[in-house]
Amino acid sequence: MMNKKLKPFDIFVYVILSVGAVSMVVPFIWTILSSLKTMGQTFSVPPTIWPDPIVWENYPESLQALPFGRAYFNSFYIASVVVVIQLLTASMAGYAFAKLKFHGHNFMFILFLATMMVPSQVTMIPLFIIMKNLGLLGTHMSLILPAALFNAFGVFLMRQFIASLPGELEEAATIDGASVPQIFFRVILPLVKPSLAAFGIFVFLGQWNNFLYPLIFLNKTETFTVPLMLNFFKGTYATDYPLLMAGTVISILPVLVVYLFFQKQIIQGIAITGMKG
Amino acid sequence: MLKRRKMWGWVFVAPQLIGLIIFALIPLVMSFGISFNEWDGIAPTMKFVGLSNYVRQFGNDDFKKSLVNTVVYSIMFIPLDLILALALALAVQKIKGKTLYRLFYFMPVVTGSVSVGVIWTWILNGDFGLLNTILAAIGIAGPKWLTDTKWVLPSIVIVSVWWNVGYNMVLLLAGLQNIPESYYEAAKIDGAGKWQIFKSITIPMLSPTLFFVLIMTMISSFQVFDQAFVMTNGGPVKASYTFVYHIYQNAFVDFKMGQACASSVILFIIILIITLIQMYGSKRWVNYDE
Repeated sequence: MMNKKLKPFDIFVYVILSVGAVSMVVPFIWTILSSLKTMGQTFSVPPTIWPDPIVWENYPESLQALPFGRAYFNSFYIASVVVVIQLLTASMAGYAFAKLKFHGHNFMFILFLATMMVPSQVTMIPLFIIMKNLGLLGTHMSLILPAALFNAFGVFLMRQFIASLPGELEEAATIDGASVPQIFFRVILPLVKPSLAAFGIFVFLGQWNNFLYPLIFLNKTETFTVPLMLNFFKGTYATDYPLLMAGTVISILPVLVVYLFFQKQIIQGIAITGMKG
Repeated sequence: MLKRRKMWGWVFVAPQLIGLIIFALIPLVMSFGISFNEWDGIAPTMKFVGLSNYVRQFGNDDFKKSLVNTVVYSIMFIPLDLILALALALAVQKIKGKTLYRLFYFMPVVTGSVSVGVIWTWILNGDFGLLNTILAAIGIAGPKWLTDTKWVLPSIVIVSVWWNVGYNMVLLLAGLQNIPESYYEAAKIDGAGKWQIFKSITIPMLSPTLFFVLIMTMISSFQVFDQAFVMTNGGPVKASYTFVYHIYQNAFVDFKMGQACASSVILFIIILIITLIQMYGSKRWVNYDE
C-alpha cells in the first residue's frame, strides 16, 4: 500500500478535493481580511486582497457599537441550561422506554416518534401565543422551556443507546438492593456518557445557532442572542462592511476555535446522532 | 418489585411527557384550530371562518409565489447537495489526509445561519464581491447575484450547499465505513470492476444511510428561511420569498394568525406526503437486511 504509485486519477481526485476544501475555507478568510480593511479599501475597484493598513480598530469599534458581550452571555446561558436539562430529561425518558416498560410505553413512544414529523413552524405560532399568555414573551425562559423539556429526537436517541446495554448489569444492581433512581444514576448514566456527550454537542450547537425562535420570542437588545445581535448589527450598519465583518468574526470565532480543538469529537458526535435517526 | 419499576417508569418519563403535551401536542391542536379562524393574535376573541383561510391561501399571489420559490429551490438544492456529498464521501473515504479534508468540509456546518448569510452577502455583492472578482479574473462577467430576480435563488442554493454539504458528507462517510471490507475483497476476487462494485455493493449497502440523508435534506429544504431572511429579505420583488417566510410574514409582520396557521398546516401536509411517498418508494431501493 505505502509504495503504491499515484495514478493520474488519484491525482485528479486530490486536486478536485483540494479546490473544494479551499472554497470551504476562503469565505472565512475573506471575512477576516475584510474585517481589517478601511472602508475605502473595501470598495476599491479592483478589490484589494490584503488589508493595508491593517485596521485593528474595527474590532473594539464593533464591540462598542452593540453589546456583543451581553449577547455572548445570553447565548451561552440559554444553550448551557438547555443542554443540562435536556440531557437529564431525555436520558430519563429513554431509560423508561428502554428498560422500565411501564403500562402504555409502546403507545407513548410512538407518540414521541410521530411528533418528529411535525415541522417546528407548525407549533411556532401557538407557542408564541402560549408564551405571551404565560407572560414569558421577551424572556429567555420562552426559549429555554420548550427546548429543555421536549426533544422527541433526543428521547428516541437515548432509548436506542440505553436499550443496547446488557440487562445483567441492572439485574445485578437490583439484587444488591439498588432502587431504580440509584440504578439510573450509578449504572446507566456512566455507561452512556459518550452518547450523552455526542447528543449534548448536537443540542448545544443547535441552540447556539438557533435564529427563528429568538427572532420571534425576543424583542429587547439586552436579551438578544449572538445570531440575533449580528442580524440587528447587519440592519444598523448595512453599508459599513469592515465593521460588519468584524462583528461576524466576533460571532463565529469562539465556535470555530472550539471546533478546531474538538473537531474529532464534534464530527463523530454529529455523525452518531445523525446515524441513529 | 416489577410494579415499583413501572411506577418509576412514569416518573422518569414525566418531564418529557409534560413537555410533549405543552410544547408539541397542544400547539399542534391549536395550530389547526386557529387555522379555521380570523385572528390578529391580540383580540380576546377569534372569528370562525371555516375553511376560508385555506381557500384564500390558494388564491393568494404571495402564497403561490412562496410555494413555487420553495419548490424551485428544492429541485436545485437537493440533487446538487446529495450528489456532491456522496462524491466527496466516496473520494475522501480511503485516501491519506481524510481527517484534514473532513475538517475543512465540515467547518461551515458549525457556523450559524446569520453569520453564513452576512459572509455570503458580501462575497456575492455584484460590484465589490469576491466571487465576481474571481470570475472577472478569468474573463467572466458575473451577475448581480442577490439583486437579480433570476439569480437570487441559485445564489441561495450555492450558499446552502456550502453550508450543508459537509454535514451530509460526514453522515455518508460514516455509512460507508460500516460496509465490511470483506465484501469489497470478495468482489475483487470475483473480478468485479470499479463501477460494478459501486453499483452492486456500495450503493445497496449504503442505501439506508442515503435514504435517511435524502429525507432529512428534503425536509430541511422545504423549511428554508434563514438564508433568505438574512441575505435578501425575500427579495428582490419576492424572488426569494420562501414558504416559511410566508408563514413568518403572515404571523409576525401582518398579524394574520389564522392564515399563517393555515399555511403552516399546509407545510405539514406537504412534508408528510413527501415523506410517505419516499418511504413507499424506498421499498424498491433501500436494502435493510444484513
